[in-house]
Amino acid sequence: MVSGKGGTGKTTAAAALALSLAADGGRVLLVEVEGRQGLAELFGRDPLPYEERKVAEARGGGEVVALAVDAEAALMEYLEMFYGIRRAGQVLTRFGAVDFATTIAPGVRDVLLTGKATEAVRRREGGRRSRREEAPYSYDAVVLDAPPTGRIAQFLCVNAEVAGLARMGPIRNHADKAMATIRSSATAVHFVALPEEMPAQEAADGLAEVREAGLNPGFVLLNMVHEPLLPPDVLEAAEHGEVDTEALAQGLKAARLDAPRDRASALAQEVTAHAQRVGAESAVRRRLRALGRPMLELPFLGGGIDTDALFRLSDRLTAQGVAR
Amino acid sequence: MSGDPTTDPGGPGTPHGPDQPGTPGGPEAPDTPRLDVDALLSDTAVRTVVCCGSGGVGKTTTAAALGLRAAALGRQAVVITVDPARRLAQSMGLSELDNTPRPVELPASFAAPGGSLHAMMLDMKRTFDEIVEAHADPERAQQIMANPFYQSLSAGFTGTQEYMAMEKLGQLREEGDWDLIFVDTPPSRSALDFLDAPERLGRFLDGRLIRLLAAPARTGAFRLLGAGVGMITGMLSKIVGAQVLADVQSFVSSFDAVFGGFQERAERTYRRLQDPGTAFLVVAVPESDAVREAAYFVERLAADRMPLAGLVMNRTHGTGAEDLSAGESMAACAELERQGGHGLAAAALHLHARAADLRDREAALRGRLASAHPDLPVAEVPARTRDVHDLAALREVGDALGGGPPAV
Ligand SMILES: Nc1ncnc2c1ncn2[C@@H]1O[C@H](COP(=O)(O)OP(=O)(O)OP(=O)(O)O)[C@@H](O)[C@H]1O
Ligand SMILES: Nc1ncnc2c1ncn2[C@@H]1O[C@H](COP(=O)(O)OP(=O)(O)O)[C@@H](O)[C@H]1O
Ligand SMILES: [Mg+2]
Ligand SMILES: [Mg+2]
Repeated sequence: MVSGKGGTGKTTAAAALALSLAADGGRVLLVEVEGRQGLAELFGRDPLPYEERKVAEARGGGEVVALAVDAEAALMEYLEMFYGIRRAGQVLTRFGAVDFATTIAPGVRDVLLTGKATEAVRRREGGRRSRREEAPYSYDAVVLDAPPTGRIAQFLCVNAEVAGLARMGPIRNHADKAMATIRSSATAVHFVALPEEMPAQEAADGLAEVREAGLNPGFVLLNMVHEPLLPPDVLEAAEHGEVDTEALAQGLKAARLDAPRDRASALAQEVTAHAQRVGAESAVRRRLRALGRPMLELPFLGGGIDTDALFRLSDRLTAQGVAR
Repeated sequence: MSGDPTTDPGGPGTPHGPDQPGTPGGPEAPDTPRLDVDALLSDTAVRTVVCCGSGGVGKTTTAAALGLRAAALGRQAVVITVDPARRLAQSMGLSELDNTPRPVELPASFAAPGGSLHAMMLDMKRTFDEIVEAHADPERAQQIMANPFYQSLSAGFTGTQEYMAMEKLGQLREEGDWDLIFVDTPPSRSALDFLDAPERLGRFLDGRLIRLLAAPARTGAFRLLGAGVGMITGMLSKIVGAQVLADVQSFVSSFDAVFGGFQERAERTYRRLQDPGTAFLVVAVPESDAVREAAYFVERLAADRMPLAGLVMNRTHGTGAEDLSAGESMAACAELERQGGHGLAAAALHLHARAADLRDREAALRGRLASAHPDLPVAEVPARTRDVHDLAALREVGDALGGGPPAV
């Protein structure tokens, strides 16, 4: 499960993570639940239907399969499976009853979404007919691009909510199964943060909530880190406004730029601003480290995230030890 | 070449200060009219400023900074914040969420004579309760508020927070104690959610399914469509549970007795935003998603005849040496690397190239927005190195918005 404050890069990080986990012959399912077709966009594809589709080939062979879970479709699938009532489902849809149901009881929507994702975790090869416990799992890993921190605990603790809803029906059953998988050691909840105060705070809060709920916290991923271009001692001095303008001017002159002196003092201010930014980022990093979870970092890539950039991010994760 | 918002020449003490708002746009960027923030804040006809925009762009920061600046211009201002960062809330003395404006203690140099700042954090549930209490007799109000469905509706329904911000605004305006009310809007992915909230909530509360549940006897129409009412409610209770349905039913019947059609109320609340005493400010950051959202929002405001004052472009980036292009700088950096030595200068040139590249990409985005909306006045706020969480930083953001310290 990949959570974090809105806009921190959950979708991007989830996709990069899936690529790393699939590398060298793995099979990974990447799931999104917010109906935004973020995965299709990221992998440069047409909107995904409610269907598992291969979207990328991982390094060294291996595949990433994507699924955009839609609560309505999941409900239809569900009603058909348990009640054999396809037509009734269609009537419900026509009256907007599905929307209505998931609106008055948001927990139901969450159960449908997590239910689908966790089913894929438990699924074994050979389909439903294969009762063999030793059949290999269909996926080596399932990566869920989860809702943001504000909603993650509620989203995952589906059971508590549903207990009050449908006490005995199959939805309850569905919720229990999902919950068992979510609570098991097979599941970890990771948090994406940016090197800024609010996203870091949200990661810390989310982590605390997840711990409190008895779920397994995973790693903290610090995303969009600006890699320092200067050695630490130079940065430290620059943070306090001490930049060797003379050396800078000499350099600019050597590069045959006009007005080296004026430019040196302008650039010195840019160096100071960079040093302050790096300093602020390190402060956030220290705070996140103190949370006691393994940390991963991804650099800020200017120019947007296309499939190529996604692979570069995945390579960074792989280099930090992310593997099946 | 990668862009890099690392260099923040907007930070204190840099030459790229707020008094140079017109960072050179791209070569073809049309001249953008400048949003005159102080004129807006001093205009006695303007009673409400609503800050809208997509998530995380700086709506709360802008609302608070404007409130502070209004106080500095001698006005009695109140800011309704929705989700201030903890430290920002603390700096304004907002420790509890009690849904009532509290005075913000300002150092003498912050407020002009007669000026003051109040702030409150919106408690959507409390606001909803207040509406119920104001309209229902105590017994019925209790009944409604005890209903589990009402509780989830008032505590976390999509659209409730947005709608309650509007209701709270209405309340404060009626009380009439303030010259200017600043409204921060809830964190949502899309700025449009704010405008859509009343309709969404109204439509839900007056929707046909909820009617059907409330008064099953009057629903012949459903039978005509070939679906038995019993079948629909039966399926619904299989999905959500019979208790939830029963709660919804009893909520609807008591709520109806109090409000009649809720949709009408919601529409009235919405229309109040159209009055000329309201000024919308769209907040954006120079990133493609946010700018696109802002453009949608501007168009929607026009379509709904909502008064738009302008756009705040927050977190813009400039460079210290504007005349040194990204290309030149990178070439010079490569030259130094070839020569060897000059490590500091090479790094500085590399940094500058990143910054200039980012500046150019931002300028291109702004240029695109300006060609689509040439009359939209814009105020810019440079990105700061650190988050904005004290009054001093808020004042600097206000200075950037107003193009310098307030002239009183
Ligand atoms: N390491 C990175 N370098 C540069 N840009 C990045 C990086 N990671 C993410 N982004 C960009 O940041 C933006 C937000 O990323 P993304 O959509 O993955 O976030 P999210 O957390 O899923 O957002 P939401 O909360 O809206 O679902 C996107 O434009 C993405 O391309
Ligand atoms: N110009 C700026 N420079 C640096 N940080 C900023 C700037 N504007 C806003 N921030 C920071 O960005 C974060 C999000 O701002 P906020 O006002 O809470 O956004 P919103 O209300 O739109 O979600 C806050 O931590 C705030 O301090
Ligand atoms: Mg996302
Ligand atoms: Mg906010």
